[in-house]
Amino acid sequence: MSTSNKQTADLARRRFLSGAVALGSVSIASGFTLYTASARPKGEPASSKIRWGLLIDTGKCEDCNICVEACKTENGWEGHRGNLTDPQWIRKVGLTDKRTGKKQSLPVMCLHCEYPPCVDVCPVGASMKRADGIVLVDRHLCIGCRYCMMACPYGARSFVHEKVTNQKPYMPRGQGTVESCTLCAHRIDDGRIPACVEACTKSGREAMLFGDLNDPQSAISKRIVQVSTTKLRADLGLEPNVRYVNF
Amino acid sequence: MGLRDNYHRLVDHGPFFFALMLAHALVILLGLTAAYYMEHNGHYVTGMNNQVVWGMPHVFAVFLIVAASGALNVASISSVFNRLAYKRFARLSAILAVSLLAGGLFVLLLDLGRVDRLIIAMTSYNFKSIFAWNIYLYTGFFAIVGIYLWTMMEKRMNRYSKYAGYAAFVWRLILTTGTGSIFGFLAAREAYDTALLAPLFIASSFVYGLAFTVLVLLTMCWTLGITLMDKEFVQKVRGLLIIFTVTVLYFTTVQHLTNIYATQHHGVESYLLLTGGVIPAVFWGVQIVIGSILPLLILAHPTLGLTRHGLSLASVLLLIGGLGQMYVIIIGGQSYPLNIFPGMEATSSWIDGRFAHYVPSLAEIVLGVSGISIAMLATAMALKVLRFLPNPIEENNTSKNKPEAKTAGAA
Amino acid sequence: MTDLRQTKTYAVLTAALFMMSLLFMAGAAGAGEERVPLPHPAMSEKAQKAENCVAPVSEMRRYHMQYLKHQRVETLRKGVRGNPYSLKSCVNCHAVKDKAAGGARTADAFCSSCHKYAAVTIDCFSCHTNKAADRKKTSAVQSPVSQLAAHLEKAAKDRSLLK
Ligand code: HEC
Ligand code: HEC
Ligand code: HEC
Repeated sequence: MSTSNKQTADLARRRFLSGAVALGSVSIASGFTLYTASARPKGEPASSKIRWGLLIDTGKCEDCNICVEACKTENGWEGHRGNLTDPQWIRKVGLTDKRTGKKQSLPVMCLHCEYPPCVDVCPVGASMKRADGIVLVDRHLCIGCRYCMMACPYGARSFVHEKVTNQKPYMPRGQGTVESCTLCAHRIDDGRIPACVEACTKSGREAMLFGDLNDPQSAISKRIVQVSTTKLRADLGLEPNVRYVNF
Repeated sequence: MGLRDNYHRLVDHGPFFFALMLAHALVILLGLTAAYYMEHNGHYVTGMNNQVVWGMPHVFAVFLIVAASGALNVASISSVFNRLAYKRFARLSAILAVSLLAGGLFVLLLDLGRVDRLIIAMTSYNFKSIFAWNIYLYTGFFAIVGIYLWTMMEKRMNRYSKYAGYAAFVWRLILTTGTGSIFGFLAAREAYDTALLAPLFIASSFVYGLAFTVLVLLTMCWTLGITLMDKEFVQKVRGLLIIFTVTVLYFTTVQHLTNIYATQHHGVESYLLLTGGVIPAVFWGVQIVIGSILPLLILAHPTLGLTRHGLSLASVLLLIGGLGQMYVIIIGGQSYPLNIFPGMEATSSWIDGRFAHYVPSLAEIVLGVSGISIAMLATAMALKVLRFLPNPIEENNTSKNKPEAKTAGAA
Repeated sequence: MTDLRQTKTYAVLTAALFMMSLLFMAGAAGAGEERVPLPHPAMSEKAQKAENCVAPVSEMRRYHMQYLKHQRVETLRKGVRGNPYSLKSCVNCHAVKDKAAGGARTADAFCSSCHKYAAVTIDCFSCHTNKAADRKKTSAVQSPVSQLAAHLEKAAKDRSLLK
C-alpha cells in the first residue's frame, strides 16, 4: 500500500471517528477491511483473492431512480431516442406479486455472475471476467455480434446503436459494441465505490451494500451470512455476485 | 471436351439468364448499400433493439446456412447411399451448398456492429463458444466440400470421391447441429429451452436445400431449353420433399407439445401460437399454411406434383415457409420477455415485462435478400467457369414438350 | 487436354483467391513499416513543460502503437492502472487547442499529424475521448476521502441495523 493511500485511510478514519462516536470499534474494523483490499497499488493487476459483490436490500429500496441517474452521470450512457435502442446499464424494475399484490422496486444491472453465460458464448473472447469477479466487455475485441445479449438471462447488456460523442475520459464508449455495468471498475481500481452505491448511500436510503465477498470480515459477507439472500434465476446456477435481500 | 464425362459448362444461355444475373447483382449492390447505411448510422436505423437483438439479417443468414448444408444432400445421397439417379447432380449440389453458405455468412458478417473488426473474428477465438465453433464448422465446410468437388471432377481423384462424400455428409450434419445449438444453448430464453432445435434444424435443412436445388435445376432447364431431370428423378425429388416437410412438421409439433406439457412454458407457447400478434400469424399463415400444407397438397397431387410448374411452385412455397419458420424461432423467441422474476409482474422503462415490438426496416430486409442473391450469383458464376452441369438427357426419354416451367424470381 | 485446361482454371482461381486474401491482409495490417520520414508534430504547452515523453522519442515514434495495445489489455482485462502508456495520459499531455472542438484541447492535431502522412487510420477516438480532461473538475466527483468516510459510516450503520 502506498503511503498516500494509507494517509487517505487514516484521514477517513479520523473523520469518521469524530462524526460517529457511538459506534464500536468492530464496525471500524469491518468498514476498514473493505478498503485495505481495494486500495490497489499502481501497476498491480486485480487480484483473484477478491470477489466484488453487491447486496441490494429491496426493503430499503424506494421507488426512486437515484442509482440509475448516478450511473448515467458517471458513465455517460444517456440515450436520446426514448426507445429500446437506448443503452441502459442499470434500470429500476417495479414488481407486483401476482398473488399477494405486494409491490416492490429494485435495481437490475449486470449481476457479475461467477459463471457468466455471456463469457461462455462470446466468439472472440471479448466478454470476460476479471480476476476479481467483475464481468466486462473488452470493447477492443467486441465485434458487435450480440450473442452475449441473447445469452444474458437478465437483459443487462446494451448494444450501442448510434455514434457516441463526449465520452467521459475514463469511460470510452462507441457505436457497434456491446456494453454493460462495469461495477465501476475504474472507480474500484481507484479505491472508490461504485457510483450507484455512493448515490444510494448519500440519499440516506442505503439499500446497496458493496464489498468483497471473499473476505469474511467485510460488511457484505457478514450481512450475507445473517440474512437470507436471493440470487435472481438461481435455477440457472450462474451464481451472480449481485444479490438481493428482503425480496 | 465433354466427351469423357457427362458434364458441361454453362454456355448457351439466353438473355433471360443475363437478366436474372443482372438482377441478382443489383440486389447485391443494394444489400451492400443497406449494410453501409446501417453501419454508418448505427443499428438504430434497423428494427432491431436491445431486446430483439437479432433481426431480419439473422433470419436470412440462418436460413441460408441451414439451406447450405441441406443442399449438399443430393451429393450425399449419391456418394454415401450410392444412388445413381442423384449422381449426375452431385457437383451442382456441392457448389450450390458452398454458395448458399457464402451468402449466409455474407449477411451475418455485414450485420456485425463492427464489420471493420472482421480480422478479430477470424483470429481471436473463445473455444467455449458454440459461435466460435461454428466459424470452424463453416470454414471446414468450404474446405471439405471443395475437396469433395475436386475428387469428383479430377479423374485421378475419382476413387476418393466416396470418402470425401462421407466426410462431407458427416460434416454437414455436425454443421447443422452447431447452427441449431446456437439457439439451443440459450437457457435464458424460454423459447429456445428445448433439445429439439438441433434435429429440427437438420430436418429443415433437408427441405430448404432440396428446394433450392430443384429451383436451380429448373432455372437451368428453362434458360438452356434442355431437360436435365428425367421422370424418375422428378418422382424421387417429389417424394423426398414430401417426406422432409412432414418430418419438419412432426418435429415442430413435438416441440410445441412438449412445451405445452411443461407448465412453466405455457406463457411462451401461448405467445408463439396464439396471442403474439405477428408471430402466430407468421407461424400459422406463413410457416404452416403457405410453407407446409400448400406445398404438400401440390406435391401430393397426382398430376400437378409431377410437373415442373408444380415442383417449382412447391419449392418456392417451401422456401417462404422456411423463412417464416426462422422468423418465428428467431424473432418470436426474443420478443417474449425474459422471466427474471417468476410469479411477479415486472415493469420498467426497459425490457422488463414487455412483448417487444419488432418492425423490420427495409435496409435489413434488403441485406437479408442480398444473401440469397449472392448465393445464386456465385452458383451461376461457378457453373460458367467449371463443368458442374450434367449433360441433358436424351429427349426421347422424357416427355417431348419443351420445358414449360416458369421459375422467374426463383433462382 | 481437358485435364490441362481444368488445371489451368483451378490455378487461376486459386491465384485469384490468394491475391484477394493477400490484399485483404495488407489492408488489415495497415501501412506497414515506417518508410517515409514522418513529421515532428508541434508540442502542446503541457508537453513542452514536461520536456520528455513517457519513453525516448525515437522509441515512441516507432513503438507507441504496440505500447498502447499492450497497455489496453493490461488495463481493461487485468485491471492494471497508472501505467505510463495510458491513452488518457497521451491525450492529456499532447492535446492542443482545437477550433473544431470549440476551443477545447484535443489530441487530434498531434496524433493525426503523422498518421495522415503515413496513411494510418486509428479508430481509438470513436470511443475514447480526444479531449483532455482540463482543470474544471466536475463537482460531482467527490474526493476519495469523503467517499471513504461516507462508506465507513454506512457500513457501520448497516451492522447496527442487522436483524
Ligand atoms: C508528460 C507528458 C507526455 C505524455 C503523458 C506523453 N507524451 Fe509523448 N511526448 C511528450 C513530449 C514532451 C514529447 C517531445 C519530446 C522531445 O521532443 O524530446 C513527446 C513526443 C512524442 C512523440 C514523438 C513526436 C515527434 O516529435 O516525433 C510521440 C509519437 C509521442 N510523444 C506519443 C505519445 C503517446 C502515444 C503517449 C501515450 C502513451 C504519450 N506520447 C504520452 C510528452 C508526453
Ligand atoms: C469500442 C470502443 C473502444 C475503442 C474503439 C477503443 N477503445 Fe480503448 N478502451 C475502451 C474501454 C471501454 C476501455 C476501458 C476503460 C477503463 O476501464 O478504464 C478502454 C481502455 C483503453 C486503455 C486503458 C485505459 C487508458 O486510458 O489508458 C488503453 C491504453 C486503450 N483503451 C487504448 C486504445 C487504443 C490504442 C485504441 C485504438 C487502436 C482503442 N483503445 C480503441 C474502449 C475502446
Ligand atoms: C511521430 C509520428 C506519430 C505520432 C505523433 C503518432 N503516431 Fe501513431 N502511428 C504512427 C505510425 C507511422 C503508425 C503506423 C505504424 C505501423 O503501421 O507500423 C502509427 C500507428 C498507430 C496505431 C496503430 C494503428 C493500427 O491500426 O495498427 C495507433 C493505435 C496509434 N498510432 C496511436 C497513436 C496515438 C493515440 C497518437 C497520439 C497520442 C499517435 N499515434 C501519434 C506515427 C505517429
